[in-house]
Amino acid sequence: MTPGQPFLRPEWIVDNLDVLARRTGEHLLVTFIAVAIGFVISFGLALFIRRYPRWYGPILGLAGTLYAIPSLALFALLIPITGLSLITAEIALVSYTLVILVRNIVTALEGVPPDVIEAATAMGYTRGQRLWRVELPIALPIIVAGLRIATVTTIGLVTIATLIGMGGLGYLIVNIGISRFFPTATLTGVVAVVSLSVIVDLALLWVQGRLTPWARARAA
Amino acid sequence: MGAVTRQPDAGAPAVLDLPRAGAVVALEHVTKRYGPQGSPDAVSDLSLTVPAGEICVLVGPSGCGKTTTMKMVNRLVEPTAGRITIDGEDVMRLPAVELRRRIGYVIQQVGLFPHLTVAENVAVVPRLLRWPGDRIRDRVAELLALVGLDAATYGSRYPSGLSGGERQRIGVARALAADPPVMLMDEPFGAVDPIRRERLQNEFLRLQDRVGKTVIFVTHDVDEAIKMADRIAILQRGGILAQYDTPDAILADPASEFVERFVGADRGLKRLSLSRVRDLELLDAVTVRAGEERAHVRRRLAQVDELDYALLVDDANRPLGWIDAHDLAGDGPVAEDAATPGAPTVQPETTLRDALSAMLGSSVQLGVVVDDRESVLGLVSVDAISEALREARRP
Repeated sequence: MTPGQPFLRPEWIVDNLDVLARRTGEHLLVTFIAVAIGFVISFGLALFIRRYPRWYGPILGLAGTLYAIPSLALFALLIPITGLSLITAEIALVSYTLVILVRNIVTALEGVPPDVIEAATAMGYTRGQRLWRVELPIALPIIVAGLRIATVTTIGLVTIATLIGMGGLGYLIVNIGISRFFPTATLTGVVAVVSLSVIVDLALLWVQGRLTPWARARAA
Repeated sequence: MGAVTRQPDAGAPAVLDLPRAGAVVALEHVTKRYGPQGSPDAVSDLSLTVPAGEICVLVGPSGCGKTTTMKMVNRLVEPTAGRITIDGEDVMRLPAVELRRRIGYVIQQVGLFPHLTVAENVAVVPRLLRWPGDRIRDRVAELLALVGLDAATYGSRYPSGLSGGERQRIGVARALAADPPVMLMDEPFGAVDPIRRERLQNEFLRLQDRVGKTVIFVTHDVDEAIKMADRIAILQRGGILAQYDTPDAILADPASEFVERFVGADRGLKRLSLSRVRDLELLDAVTVRAGEERAHVRRRLAQVDELDYALLVDDANRPLGWIDAHDLAGDGPVAEDAATPGAPTVQPETTLRDALSAMLGSSVQLGVVVDDRESVLGLVSVDAISEALREARRP
C-alpha cells in the first residue's frame, strides 16, 4: 500500500467482479465435493453403526481426532503424499465433515419414534424399505440440519485451502489481500465467504422445507 | 431377536389370496424364553385356538406375556418352541414380510407415519402389495368411510394435526387396508380418555360385525376384555394360561383363585355387562296421553299386576314421566303436567349393568326402553334384570 492511497477502493471490486465470480465458483465446487463425499461416507458409517452399535464410540473417536488436527497441519502432513492437489484439500475437508455428519445421522435415525418403527415392521416393510421409506424421511429434518452445519464449516475451511493452491475466495484474502497489502481484497473475500455461508445455509433450509411438508404442518 | 431363529423355507409359496372373513389362529404348546436356556419363560407352553371371526382378548397383569404372545403371531417375536398356525399354515414357514402383510396391526401409540398423509398411511400395505393405483384410491376412501372419517376432509392431512381418537381410527383403517383375515391389537384404546375409549370400543364392535376378522386383542383392563371379547384368555405371570373361555363362563365359573381375584369381587355385576336390554323380554307400558279420563286409566292400570305406574307420553309417544294412583284419584282428564318427571330411559343396546345403574338412581325402579327416536318400546324392571342373571347362572 503506497502512502496516500485510500484504505478501501470500492472501484476495485467493480473492476474485478469476474474474478470474484470465478473464485466464488471454485469455492462452492470444493465445498460441494467435500460435503458430498463426506455425506456418502458418513451415511455408510451411520448405517454400519446402526447394525453394530458398539462401533459408535471408536468411529466417532477417530472422526473427532481427525477434526482436532489443525487444518494447516493436516495439509502439511498430506502434501508429501498427495502433493499440492485437490485431493489433498478434499481429504482434509472430508475428514472434518465426518465428525459432524456421522453423529448427526446416527442421532437422526435414533430419533425415529419406536412405535413408528414397530408399526412399519409389523405391516411388512422389509428392512431396506423401512429404512428408505420410513426412517430416512422422518430423520430428514435432523440430517439436513447436520448437513447445514457441515456445509457452513466447510465453506470456512475452504478459505484456508487456498494455501495449497485451491483458489477459492481465500485467494482474495490471502494471495491478493495479505500478500499484496491490499485490504479491499481481504475485506471483499471475507464478506463473500460469510455471505456464501448464509446463502447456502438458507438454501438448504428451503430445500428441507420442500422435502418435508409434514414437518411444517406440525410446526403450524 | 429370539434364541432360536428359524429360516423360512425358500420354496414356501407366498399365499397372498386374501379371504374376506377371519382365519383360525392356533397356538400349540408355544413357549418363549428371552435369554439362554434356564432363564424364566415369558410365555410357557401356551395352547389356544381362536375360531375364525372371533375376538380373543389376552388379558392379565403386567409381565404375564400377553403382548409377547400376540407378537409371536406376526413374528415380531419368534417362539422358542411350539407352533403357531393361521388356517393351518405354520407362520414360521412363511417369509415374515409376507406373513405380516396379511395381518393387521394396531398399537396403543398408533404409530402412524408422520411424513405421510392420512390417505398414504392407510395405503401403506396395499402399496407394499403393489395394488394398482385406482384400486388403492377406492380402498382408502372405503376404509376412511368405514371408520367414520371423510376421505375428502382427512385424506390429505398429516397425522400431527389430528386428535387421538382420529389417529386411532386411522390406525384401524390402516390395519384393515389389505383386508387381512387376522388383526392384532395391543391396547389399541389405551391412550384415549374413558369417554372416547367407550365410543371407539363401540365403533370397533360395530365394525367387527361387518368385517368378521379374527382379532387378537391385548389389554390389562378386565372390563374392556369383558366388553370386547368373544373369548378371553387370562394369563398369569410367566405366560401361563389361567383360563380360556367366553366372558360369561369366566365370570360365572372362574377356574382358579387367581382368575377369581383378577376378574374382581364384583364379577356378578360384571356379568350384567354381557347382556343388553334387547336380550330381555320387555314389559308393556301403560301409556297415557294428556286428556284421557282418569277413571279409564285407573281401570287399565288395575289390569296389569306388575305395574303401579302409568307412563305419560307426548304425541310422538315420547316419555314425559310417571303417574301413580295418587295422581289418578278423582275424576276428569289427565293433565299435561300430571307426571313426575325423571323416568330413566335406556336403549335396546344399553348393557344391563348401565340400565341397572340408571334405574337405581331414580325413584321408580323401572327403565323406559326407547328407540332412536325416543319413542317408547316398553319397560324393563330391576326384577327382570335379576331374573336374567339367575337364569344365566344355571348351567
